[in-house]
Amino acid sequence: MEEKLSLQEWIDLAETENKSFGDFCIEFQAKELEMDKRVLLERMEEMLHVMEQSVVIGLTGITSMGGLVGGNGKKIETYRAESAAKSVVGSVMSKAIMIALAVGEANASMGRIVAAPTAGASGTLPAVLFSLSEARGSSMDELGKALIVAGAIGMVIASRASLSGAAGGCQAECGSAAAMAAGAAVELYGGSPEQVGQAVAITLKNMLGLVCDPVAGLVEVPCVKRNAGAAAQAMVAAEMALAGICSVIPVDEVIDAMAAVGNAMSCTLKETAQGGLAVSPTGILLANKLFAKVES
Amino acid sequence: MNIFDVIGPVMIGPSSSHTAGAVRLGNLALAILGEGVKEAVIGLHGSFAQTYRGHGTDLALSAGLQGWATDDSRIPKSFDSAKEAEIEISFTTINLGDLSHPNSVRFWMTGVNGNKCTVTGASIGGGRVVVTNIDDFPVEFSGDFPAILTMHRDRPGAIALVTSILSTQGVNVAQMKVFRKQKGGLAAMIVETDQPIDDAAFEVIGKLPHIQSVRRIQLV
Repeated sequence: MEEKLSLQEWIDLAETENKSFGDFCIEFQAKELEMDKRVLLERMEEMLHVMEQSVVIGLTGITSMGGLVGGNGKKIETYRAESAAKSVVGSVMSKAIMIALAVGEANASMGRIVAAPTAGASGTLPAVLFSLSEARGSSMDELGKALIVAGAIGMVIASRASLSGAAGGCQAECGSAAAMAAGAAVELYGGSPEQVGQAVAITLKNMLGLVCDPVAGLVEVPCVKRNAGAAAQAMVAAEMALAGICSVIPVDEVIDAMAAVGNAMSCTLKETAQGGLAVSPTGILLANKLFAKVES
Repeated sequence: MNIFDVIGPVMIGPSSSHTAGAVRLGNLALAILGEGVKEAVIGLHGSFAQTYRGHGTDLALSAGLQGWATDDSRIPKSFDSAKEAEIEISFTTINLGDLSHPNSVRFWMTGVNGNKCTVTGASIGGGRVVVTNIDDFPVEFSGDFPAILTMHRDRPGAIALVTSILSTQGVNVAQMKVFRKQKGGLAAMIVETDQPIDDAAFEVIGKLPHIQSVRRIQLV
């Protein structure tokens, strides 16, 4: 068993050293990996380039392996282009929705993506990072640092709970991706380490209990749209944290609660396609249709 | 675990456990076989058995056995490439028991030089994998480190000789495990190291007394 990490411990260290959480994480991780800080940042920037490419793939309007998703990222793109006044959530979040769907669809069609933390949840981080960086005019370096913050948050969640839907339900995948993205967003907006922790805690609380119930067992329905939901949750939490709102339950305790909820969750709701939407009448119909197709 | 386990891998979708992990398991099976694959029967257990087609798990395993990386854009076409290379790969569903991880797979492989090897492993999430059995030896390693796998006689000094060769080459042992079927019989050892094991050390280890075979497992 790997050692349990503590996000609060890292936050306290960063606060004591009077560093942004991004600067703290990059130094800490570079040391841990015996890697030059510059090289680590460059590796992160390579990941960001792959993410950008995934968005491009997704927006070509492809169809997925199972044929259940595709073309929705493009629909938002078209809707956005029509008129700004039509947007319910405003331009920044609408862009995040578009990116989340595009990357999710690229993934479902066997396109190249960055699993962050998993392939099923790969749309969330690019959605938050790219929509916010466009709004703020962030540099690639700032984005790379935000991505390292996201990674550090993911490491803590992995060590105390899980990042896998099979082990912890969708809260562990889209929930973790959202928490990572929320922390990254706070970093991008110049928030304090403490605020990063608050954003993570608030996000996970809002995603707690989310089940993993993929129709026909595929990373398509409801996974792709859940990435858009996760991106929105991340932005909601980041906004609260930056405004100075605190989570009553401390961040490490929220992560532990997520682990406990995951353990208590029935196996039918953990990626087995035996519960939730997967066994809705339409879910079963689609699964039967897909399996009939592959058997023939 | 490090930050690249969370941010990454860069991979072909749709599932880190069912696609990227499957590629890595194929890579490890190929490395353990120690030569190109001529024929492989792949048994899929649990969730792998139920949903492999929709996740491209079969394409990914085939890509892995051809030595491709998790982000190789040829993965959706890996069957065609196997056919061209005259590698025969077939799939079956198996039950490895309730205690096995739901994303488990067993490879029965024959290499281009006629060597046979059976490898069982599991994809444990986020693209991380673990090999759990090689030729009926229960083992446990992740492929995260360079490693050597020996089959040797269970005799005093057999292990010490291997580790002493590594130490003279400046190779540090990160983790090691020894397995034997019976006292004095055939044993297996997995040595995971911090540094890659060079050709010279590898050859010397192969010639040590009591060593029946040695294989090098180095993923990029």
